[in-house]
Amino acid sequence: MLTKEKAADIFDRVRRFSSADEVEAIFTGSRFALTRFANNTIHQNVEEENSVVSIRTNFAGRTARATANQFDDESLRRAVEASENLARVQAADPDLLPMPDAQEAYGRTGETPVAPSSTFSAPSSRFFERTAAITPADRAEVVKDIVSVAGKHKLTTAGIYSNSESEEGIFNSRGLANWHRQTLAEISVTMLAEDSSGWQKANSPDMSNLEPARLAETAAQKTVESAHPREIAPGKYTVILEPAAVLDIVGFMFWDFSGVAILDQRSFLNDRIGTRLFGENINICDDVAHPPQAGSPFDGEGMRRECVQLVEKGVVKRVVYARATVQKMKNSEYAAKVGPIEPTGHGFPLPNEVGEMPMNIVFGTPEKPRSVEEMIGSTERGVLVTRLWYIREVDPYEKIVTGMTRDGTFLVENGKVQYGLRNFRFNQSLISMLSNVEAMSVPVRASGEESFDMVVPAMKVREFNFTEGTKF
Amino acid sequence: MKTTARLALDAASVRGVTYADARVVSICNRSLTTKNGRVGHASESESLGIGVRVIAGGAWGFAASADLSRAAVEGAAARAIEIARASARVKLEDVRLAPEPVAVAEWATPYKIDPFTTSVEQNLDLLLKVDSEMRAVAGITLAETGMNFQREESWFLSSEGSDIHQTKYSTGAGYTAYAFAGSEIQKRSYPNSFGGQWQNRGYEQIEEMKLVENARRVAEEAVALHRADQCPEGASTIILDGSQLGLQIHESIGHPIELDRVLGMEANFAGTSFLTIEKLGNLRYGSELVNVVADARQEHGPGLGTFAYDDEGVAAQSTPIIANGRFTGYLSSRETAHTIGAARSGGTLRAEGWNRLPMIRMTNVSILPGEKPLSLEQLIAATEDGIYMETNKSWSIDDKRYNFQFGCEIAWEIRNGKRVRMLKNASYSGITTEFWNSMDAICSRDEWTLWGTPNCGKGQPQQVVGTGHGASPARFRNIRVGSAYS
Repeated sequence: MLTKEKAADIFDRVRRFSSADEVEAIFTGSRFALTRFANNTIHQNVEEENSVVSIRTNFAGRTARATANQFDDESLRRAVEASENLARVQAADPDLLPMPDAQEAYGRTGETPVAPSSTFSAPSSRFFERTAAITPADRAEVVKDIVSVAGKHKLTTAGIYSNSESEEGIFNSRGLANWHRQTLAEISVTMLAEDSSGWQKANSPDMSNLEPARLAETAAQKTVESAHPREIAPGKYTVILEPAAVLDIVGFMFWDFSGVAILDQRSFLNDRIGTRLFGENINICDDVAHPPQAGSPFDGEGMRRECVQLVEKGVVKRVVYARATVQKMKNSEYAAKVGPIEPTGHGFPLPNEVGEMPMNIVFGTPEKPRSVEEMIGSTERGVLVTRLWYIREVDPYEKIVTGMTRDGTFLVENGKVQYGLRNFRFNQSLISMLSNVEAMSVPVRASGEESFDMVVPAMKVREFNFTEGTKF
Repeated sequence: MKTTARLALDAASVRGVTYADARVVSICNRSLTTKNGRVGHASESESLGIGVRVIAGGAWGFAASADLSRAAVEGAAARAIEIARASARVKLEDVRLAPEPVAVAEWATPYKIDPFTTSVEQNLDLLLKVDSEMRAVAGITLAETGMNFQREESWFLSSEGSDIHQTKYSTGAGYTAYAFAGSEIQKRSYPNSFGGQWQNRGYEQIEEMKLVENARRVAEEAVALHRADQCPEGASTIILDGSQLGLQIHESIGHPIELDRVLGMEANFAGTSFLTIEKLGNLRYGSELVNVVADARQEHGPGLGTFAYDDEGVAAQSTPIIANGRFTGYLSSRETAHTIGAARSGGTLRAEGWNRLPMIRMTNVSILPGEKPLSLEQLIAATEDGIYMETNKSWSIDDKRYNFQFGCEIAWEIRNGKRVRMLKNASYSGITTEFWNSMDAICSRDEWTLWGTPNCGKGQPQQVVGTGHGASPARFRNIRVGSAYS
């Protein structure tokens, strides 16, 4: 595995090989292992170790990147040369900034940020030895336990148990040196019966936060309770979306909370910042330091990630910015109507076209949180949704997305779950959805397959638009 | 590199495996984009490493390392065996591999111009010309272009004696013009959306695509969509262009015929399939006109699923998938072949790179063109009422691959054999087998293109590979349209 010291040595060599005005190196490395099971047997079981250096060179307004995963002098020289060749032939970009120094990147010289500020607090360590130390045999034992839950309920199970340790760092020739180390363990369980299924997924930097038996039991319960699903007509229903379903559908709007997206006029927030777009009960921030969050505290240029309040009482307050986007926005015709314009530390590695994006989303805790059970209890007629699947954008400005329910969809009537339903297709505007939220739970760290992990609540939403059904 | 792979096999064999293979893979990539007259990104990458796959104790293990030192390679082999022995703790039966002849071979993608010998200036000049053409159209608010080249060189050695060296090139380019006005964002792409058109060829692919020649038209269409009528909701005859039909094949034929999905091996992530094994040879998948093959051979064309050998050393094949509407074949591997009574793998096991386990992937899953000459314009002329849809805008399908919904960037209403008005926000939806059974016309070979889908995701950890889909425009009756906006 890479260490900060090894990376510093590699960066020294990269600098020696380069004739560019400025040089940056981003390091990523991981040891990743995943045990995959299906049909109550382990059928795939993998481990990999890889480290990558990605070198960016700057020549007077020209920049480009080359990446290699071998660190001998010849490979590094080749990557430096490739980056420089790609940069030199371009026309100068007047908006390209010099690389940030440590002072600009995190407000003081020295190491990765630790001092709290009004908008930033450093996350506590996200590296757990016990997660890194999980062995193939440990994973097999957990899978065996999940299979035994399936056996108890006469079901078939499929899923994964993975663990990883990863390193991420950025160095540049202006003295910036940032490093982040993290572990992650993840379990995803599907239980299958003849005509029904159930699913649960969780991850955490600390494996001791995972509860494989509980996940397996919940998935099994959903499978049993949704057996022999019935078909009801599509239409507008009150839905209770479990956190994973909320995560996967709302994730489609956060690409638009970006200065570049506004400048490109591809954001649904164009002409809408400062307006009440969602219900008053919706508050959303991006906060890398939030305890259940994960990820590094700096962005693709090494800038520290600030905590940014994106939505307050349903009003979109602002978007996030990479360094380079700030000046462009200030000089643009949109400057007066987009809220605060300042670097927030959400940029992707340069060069790129998309600029920035908030990726540590935390929904605000509602004034009166309601559990999923309470939401069910207060529902006369509605649909309980475990999970949404294959979500794609239909309309970029009205933010209509389509997708399917999956792995546990139930009819709720008279305050109780009645029976399983065949799955639906939805075509739903996210603007309408977040304007129709009647109740929310306490937000939790959730993980799905369509969006990055977030801290989101379960939601009870009225008039959710199911347009078709399928055959199971 | 062959020596490195041999080292891994030797290290595995002394530890008592029943099967092992090793793949050393080197991947080089160039990626260029522009946005609104400037370079968006310019990057190149190299990735080199080894993946070792073993069967020990009747179960699979896989370990991969970027470090190709002797100690690291032997360590990866030992680790793969340790993992296999852990897998064996939770197994119902031993892994069985269908027999496969030993192969010793060299193969490379045929190409005229090695794309990596073209200069970055030349590449960017072309993209910036396209960009300039698009932005010359009033109303265009965002113009994006992109070009990608990849060279993948692999050395595959197995404990059975196979020794295969392959070099594959792929080349792709495309662009999109966006127009934001009022409360709408409209876009048009060429030659296809989501990355353009990709094939396993050299730079000649780029030269033949007429990128500059089509840029202004495409941009004008993006702007014109703002004045177009909304696609109506209801039942309609539809005609799909070849690129959209290619994606329709990908989602509603290519994925459901993956035998690992059918067997439940993807149930936790990608999903399963409605094509349960008893349907093989029995299901009427489509109308008599529907003939589909999965063909990885060079003679099928330079698709993203074209190769000489798959990533477990099985020679490229052509498998009939649907013959005159009847379902006849799956995509299979050495491990899964026996489940359908096949004596041999269909040769579809592929990995994203050295650090990924090969799994069943689409090769080139293509619908064969109609035998009678029929151009798109003739097909439109022969259609009394309907909607012609072009270029994918959104796609979604359920986890058994029954219910789908696709959106297209642009459409035209057809009345009495003529395009009478442009339609925006077009979409159609349906159930897979009902849809394919409603196909009543397909254009002939001169309208047939082997489209590339460079972004097919599957597996845990997820792997993205390219797939090929030959298609020509086709007509479908009584299809639900417009429900995306209902």
